Amino acid sequence: MASASAGVPRQPARDVAGLGVGRALGFVAPAMLLIGAFLVFPALWTIYIGITNYRLTGIEAISPSIVGLRNYTDALNDTLFHNALWLTMLFVLGSAIIGQNFLGFTLAWVMRRARPVVRRTVEGLVLLAWILPSTVVAYLWVAFFDRDGGTLNSMLGTPGTAWLIDYPMACLVIFNTWRGTAFSMMLYSSALQAVPPSQLESARMVGASGWQTLRDVVFPHIRGHVLTNTLLISLWTANDFSPFLLTKGGPNHESETVPVYIYNVALQGGELGYSSAISFLLLIANLLVSLIYLRLLRRRS
Amino acid sequence: MRSLSRLSGPAVLGTAALLLLTGCLGSSGSGTGDQDANRNADAKKVELTIGSNAVKGGKSSAGATFIEDVLIPKFVAEQKGKGVDVTVKFQGDGSDDEVYKQKLSLDLQNKSGPDLFQIDGIWVGEFAQAGYIKPLTDTVGDAAKVDDWDGWKQIPETVQQLGSFEGKRYGVPGGTDGRVLFFNKKLFQQAGLPADWQPKSWDDIIAAGQALKKLPGVTPIQINAGTAMGEATTMQGVLPLLVGTGATVNTDGKWLGDTPQLRQVLDFYHQIYSTGLGDPVLQREAKGRDKSFAEFAANKIGILAESDYFWRSVVEPKEGVAKMADRDTAVGWALIPASKPGTGVKGQDYVSMSGGGATVINPNTKFPQQAWELLQFMNSAEMVKASLDGAAKITQRTDVNNEVLATDPMLNFVATKVLPITQFRPGLAEYPKISAALQQATADVVGGRSTDAAAKAYEKAVETAAGGKDKVTSN
Amino acid sequence: MTYVVRRIGFYVLICAITFFFAVPMLWIASAPFDKNPGLGVHWPDWTLDNVRKTLDHPYALHSLVNSLLICVATAVAVTAFAALASYALSRVRIPGRDALLYGLLLLSSVVTGTAAMVPIFVMMFQLGLIDSRFGVALVMTGGLLPAAIFILKDFVDAVPKSYEESARVFGASTGQILRDVVLPVARPGLATIMVWAFVNAWGNFLVPFLLIRSIDKQPAAVLQQTFTDEGGSANLSVIPVFALLFSIPVVVLYLLVNSRYGFRFHGGIKS
Repeated sequence: MASASAGVPRQPARDVAGLGVGRALGFVAPAMLLIGAFLVFPALWTIYIGITNYRLTGIEAISPSIVGLRNYTDALNDTLFHNALWLTMLFVLGSAIIGQNFLGFTLAWVMRRARPVVRRTVEGLVLLAWILPSTVVAYLWVAFFDRDGGTLNSMLGTPGTAWLIDYPMACLVIFNTWRGTAFSMMLYSSALQAVPPSQLESARMVGASGWQTLRDVVFPHIRGHVLTNTLLISLWTANDFSPFLLTKGGPNHESETVPVYIYNVALQGGELGYSSAISFLLLIANLLVSLIYLRLLRRRS
Repeated sequence: MRSLSRLSGPAVLGTAALLLLTGCLGSSGSGTGDQDANRNADAKKVELTIGSNAVKGGKSSAGATFIEDVLIPKFVAEQKGKGVDVTVKFQGDGSDDEVYKQKLSLDLQNKSGPDLFQIDGIWVGEFAQAGYIKPLTDTVGDAAKVDDWDGWKQIPETVQQLGSFEGKRYGVPGGTDGRVLFFNKKLFQQAGLPADWQPKSWDDIIAAGQALKKLPGVTPIQINAGTAMGEATTMQGVLPLLVGTGATVNTDGKWLGDTPQLRQVLDFYHQIYSTGLGDPVLQREAKGRDKSFAEFAANKIGILAESDYFWRSVVEPKEGVAKMADRDTAVGWALIPASKPGTGVKGQDYVSMSGGGATVINPNTKFPQQAWELLQFMNSAEMVKASLDGAAKITQRTDVNNEVLATDPMLNFVATKVLPITQFRPGLAEYPKISAALQQATADVVGGRSTDAAAKAYEKAVETAAGGKDKVTSN
Repeated sequence: MTYVVRRIGFYVLICAITFFFAVPMLWIASAPFDKNPGLGVHWPDWTLDNVRKTLDHPYALHSLVNSLLICVATAVAVTAFAALASYALSRVRIPGRDALLYGLLLLSSVVTGTAAMVPIFVMMFQLGLIDSRFGVALVMTGGLLPAAIFILKDFVDAVPKSYEESARVFGASTGQILRDVVLPVARPGLATIMVWAFVNAWGNFLVPFLLIRSIDKQPAAVLQQTFTDEGGSANLSVIPVFALLFSIPVVVLYLLVNSRYGFRFHGGIKS
């Protein structure tokens, strides 16, 4: 960042492949062009729409006017938006920061010593949950939680319990933990390979308990991975649209996370200006969260 | 200082981009210009596209099949006889109505999109306001040419509203429907209720519900409520009840606020869902409506408010989603009563709501005259009848209805008894939000909030949606 | 003794986890072959009627071909461009690199949502890329690239620089280094990213729906949304079979990549 404005970038300190700045820029260019055209440009445009009262149909569709920050002040006073923010925080905390992280690490830790066949089966299953298309997954879970004849009800012997209605957020947290754990599991299992076996061995020699070993030997080695992983899965979860497929934000907004709210505002209400403003607020929230992670990451070194 | 200068580069770029964008967003709608309505009128080679939210093998499959396999070949042949070489393409979508609407709007805003397309009647107003569609006489260019079409005489005035906005015709309506109270005659018999039940007031409905409540495992009444059912709550629940109190959702340009009539409706919901006459959980489920169908078919629901779609496609013995083999003997129907006799809108004793679609012409079509010809052809008695493909369904045309509905007592009932007393929703851009607020109010009541709190919250939501207190009625 | 207890605990834990991940998947194993497929899971009343119905559907199989076209293009483009970019970003210090990466990552997670649909549509319209599968692949590629670069850069960071240094000492050209040293080491990473991009594109509904006009060019994710009747009720005789067909390609791709290269995400940020 410090040299962002320097006209000619300095000769890189280490350029092991002899790439040279010119070729390096050439390597980066195609990706940046695509990102610029299909991501940055629409993003700027979305921010602009966010300061208008633009709508999909009706009079404001033909002649939108600039309303300045009104969409933002409206959002800050919008109880449904507050509700959505709060639910998104719960969703991220429950399913990503705790659920996926914890389960992913447990799997990675336990599977180190499992027999290859067991390991392959379990990992395959976890990965399957991750790669199935989300529409398919939504059907799986609607069937699982279904009020009549759902798998959960027949397992627990609680016929007629409408899980998605009575405990929508808890269902979503469980669902998303199931859905996303694979990424954490994979990341942690490769991270654990970086822990020197000799250190684990000596921890065992001095009679450290499992927990002590984890805390004092393993964790310092994978702290960076934990943070990176948590950042990625938090961002993905916060922007995840699949809750819509399970509950459509209902009942009565009880599971309407921010992306679902944006969808409902944009499509059901047709208020594109307002929904763009909320999208931008979501971006800001993401930015804040990432800054916190980055700060934690820096503090390590 | 240094950091400032560092920022200025991106800032300048950003401002430039913003200016560029400002141009993009505003320009598209304006200056549709006066195009010559007779452009390409004499073309010998014509290409037209019909758009619809229907797809073979999926949503509204029958409609898509008709357009592709019957309408298009017939029209092409007819035009060939006139020496015109027409190619007609069908652009089917078959997705959720909201996303279809977004796609269509984006197309129209960019002056593209199909030459003819089918939309929900309640979109006509907002599309017209956005300049996406124009009155038929503008697009076709000749008022006499449009008004003289003999098809208009066959389409009842009430039904024509589906394709109209502010007194102007924007399109030709498609078929329509009507809402009634369906009831299970088997359960009625067990509860000692008559097979030709016709409630005269809301109290009669409640009384029947209380009789049905004595049957084990039966939910007496299903009147859609809550946000999960979406528009089905408004159409099958709130609005028919509301017109039964004499109010409409939009009167003289003002939206309904927290009025005594609204509270009357909410009280009725409260009465049903707090005393075990209805199943409150079902109203909150994402697939609650489908489930209510299945329960009715399984003889677990006594009374259910629905449109004739329920009869045609849900409990239909062969192809329905919730088949009832004994539909013809087991399912009864009754008009929806006003809260008390004579208190309905226009002093009616019985009320209903109807919806339906319309086919409109894209103002930016290359071939406006040929599009109008296709539109007329599509709505000719022959084609309307062919579109039914042997099924009975309420069409826009009286002559066709008289012929095809004769054998179906239920649909005939709707066409002759319900359509004359029915109401349509206002096709205004604010309507979806008002509708959502109404759904929310019922959700609140069914969820246990007091009518008072729900009505007050509703009024607040309506004021925001309508854009000010002065656009809302209340007392 | 404690060893036995721990062993038992270990297997109980594994069983519980397996159970948790397996049970929701039962539906897709049973419902496609059930005479009365519903939302619940029960022992099916075996029939192949649903399969026949699905195969008879006018667009079902074709939509899967479209999905393949779009997603292969997207996955290849994402992998190729992300590989080049992440290598350069990892090995050559490009100013503002980290901030850039994080900024793009943030944008990508938000912009692919609903709100950006208007800009994307209008832009594609102006570019004349409406009703083009290629256009859909382009938009998806743009959306997936930042995260792909972000993850791939970790892989490349984990490749010891000494490999390239020693290759250079022996006089290898840059091209040779890339082809013979870096590529083999990074191959599992590339394969993983390819699967990741493919899977993400495979499930995307909104982008192809808005940008494609003809139903015979629509991918499976869009077609799946059309399996309803007039009243919006789900058509449960087609949906389960189609869901199964829709899932097979991603599973096959994963198995293929996993058996050849191993499927894993290396490393973390080493900044």
